[in-house]
Amino acid sequence: MFAAAQLLPGNVGRAVLGRDASEEAVAEYNREAGTDRPAVVQYVDWLGGAVQGDLGESLAQPGVPVWDIVEPALVNSVKLALYAFLLVVPIGILGGVLAGLRVGRPTDRSITVVGLSLAVVPEVVTGLVLILVFAIWLGWLPVTAQWEPGANALTQVRYLTLPALALVIVLFGYIARITRAGVVEALDADYTRTAYLKGLPHNTVIRRHVLRNALMPTIAVIATQVGYLLGGLVAIEYLFNYQGIGLMVLQAASQKDFTLLTAGVMVVGTTYLVFTLIADLLFAVLNPRIRYETAQ
Amino acid sequence: MTDLVAPSPAPPGLEARTARRERVRVLLRSPSFVLGTLVILFWLACAILGDRITPYDPLFDQTADLSVPPSSEHWFGTDRLGRDVFSRVLAGSRDILLIAPIATLLATFFGTALGLITGYLRGIADDTMSRVIDAVLAIPLIVLAVTVVAALGSRSTWAIIVVIAIVFSPIIARTVRAAVLGEAQLDYVEAARLRGERAPYVMFSEVLPNVMPPILVEATIRLGYAIFAVATLTFIGFGLQPPSPDWAVQIADNYPYLAEEWWTVLFPALAIASLVVAVNLVSDAIQQVLER
Repeated sequence: MFAAAQLLPGNVGRAVLGRDASEEAVAEYNREAGTDRPAVVQYVDWLGGAVQGDLGESLAQPGVPVWDIVEPALVNSVKLALYAFLLVVPIGILGGVLAGLRVGRPTDRSITVVGLSLAVVPEVVTGLVLILVFAIWLGWLPVTAQWEPGANALTQVRYLTLPALALVIVLFGYIARITRAGVVEALDADYTRTAYLKGLPHNTVIRRHVLRNALMPTIAVIATQVGYLLGGLVAIEYLFNYQGIGLMVLQAASQKDFTLLTAGVMVVGTTYLVFTLIADLLFAVLNPRIRYETAQ
Repeated sequence: MTDLVAPSPAPPGLEARTARRERVRVLLRSPSFVLGTLVILFWLACAILGDRITPYDPLFDQTADLSVPPSSEHWFGTDRLGRDVFSRVLAGSRDILLIAPIATLLATFFGTALGLITGYLRGIADDTMSRVIDAVLAIPLIVLAVTVVAALGSRSTWAIIVVIAIVFSPIIARTVRAAVLGEAQLDYVEAARLRGERAPYVMFSEVLPNVMPPILVEATIRLGYAIFAVATLTFIGFGLQPPSPDWAVQIADNYPYLAEEWWTVLFPALAIASLVVAVNLVSDAIQQVLER
């Protein structure tokens, strides 16, 4: 990541101060910011700071610690992502269960095909159509996601509904597909047949045997989708002009503010790794077979 | 008389060919495959014919009518420079249908090579590459792409192709590696190895043909995502640039005026959606047929 940022061509001082700045001013800036030193020296310096929780100062806004920019952006993104997740998880699981219980029938085919088709349409396109229909034609919801400072929670939810819906539409297909696969597999399993042969009523079998087993892989997949969601945030936050981590990364990249860019990408990467770990742990907790294997 | 003649033994390869023909027949019966293919062919035709079939010149301001809503004269209306949106939508498939397939082909090529090497040779090569692949996959595509495009310092077509190829190669490599791991256990690989064949020969002449189906499926899925990525990157300003009539360029240009001129944004957006959905339908159908 640091290597990539270093490769950014052009002069940091020039990029920050603009085209009209004098040669001396640019050189002066680079000396103060330390960007005229060899790349390796800069890297060692940065790494030393990073392990102590010091991510350095923004290059585009001198004197502002990077963390002061990252933190509010991260909070904003977490709000949006959490909202989207609260919506998509129940809807996706419901869709997947419905499809899985009616495998091969029209309900299944339509949920699967529609879900997957929506999942591959870029968030930008879904977002635009949502804005057009719900904000401009119907006037129900605001066009951008950025509320006035000091808005209460309910207003914030209103502003975040459209961007969250755009994310929901993209994620629905994945979650439904995994749930469906889990349900199909569980319906086919020996324990399900045993349960039926024991004479248990259909609904009990579905609830106690099929769903409980089917939802396990789903939970793990949902956790890995958090990483994907972070990528999807870039386009959505840009489209809705929402100051989250995605928009921040985008702005940092175009302003060549590489301390900020590095911090942003690190935060995104770390979040992804943390959620992958959570997925693995959840999987182990929920699946006694894996738990016992590790214990032995 | 000929009926009485004992059937000659089937020539080698006939069985495989019959199986392939059967698969094609099943594919052609699948409505989603046919629909998807037709839509893709339509956009391909538009891309090839370009401004020869558009009613107006997609690039130059033809009319005195600025920002007129859809009418019988301008089906999709005109934009604020007076360009006919219908013509621009037809012409807009060209760049994306060039960039996305080239990027996908490059990624499939490198990804397959990587996957074969890591899956077949195992050992240090596998461990090292798997760690690198994990690292690349930890960062979402768009974030990585924005960084790499900025690092390459150019927002040219080639920059986007390289970025997408870099990001997709490890993903394809992972799928290929998994398939190769399964194949490498089989007897024919062992036989080739005992014959004294060299590793590259075994990998590319023995294993590769047998892992083609998953590679094909993976490539079509990646093509859909490549279109997705090009469109998204272009929209956020890191991809194609004006005056290309590319759909995402049109959207990026006009979306600030969405409230007044919805037609300049909606039609290119629907065009993107139709293309990605078509690619997805085709890849889904192929996947189902191959997994039978």
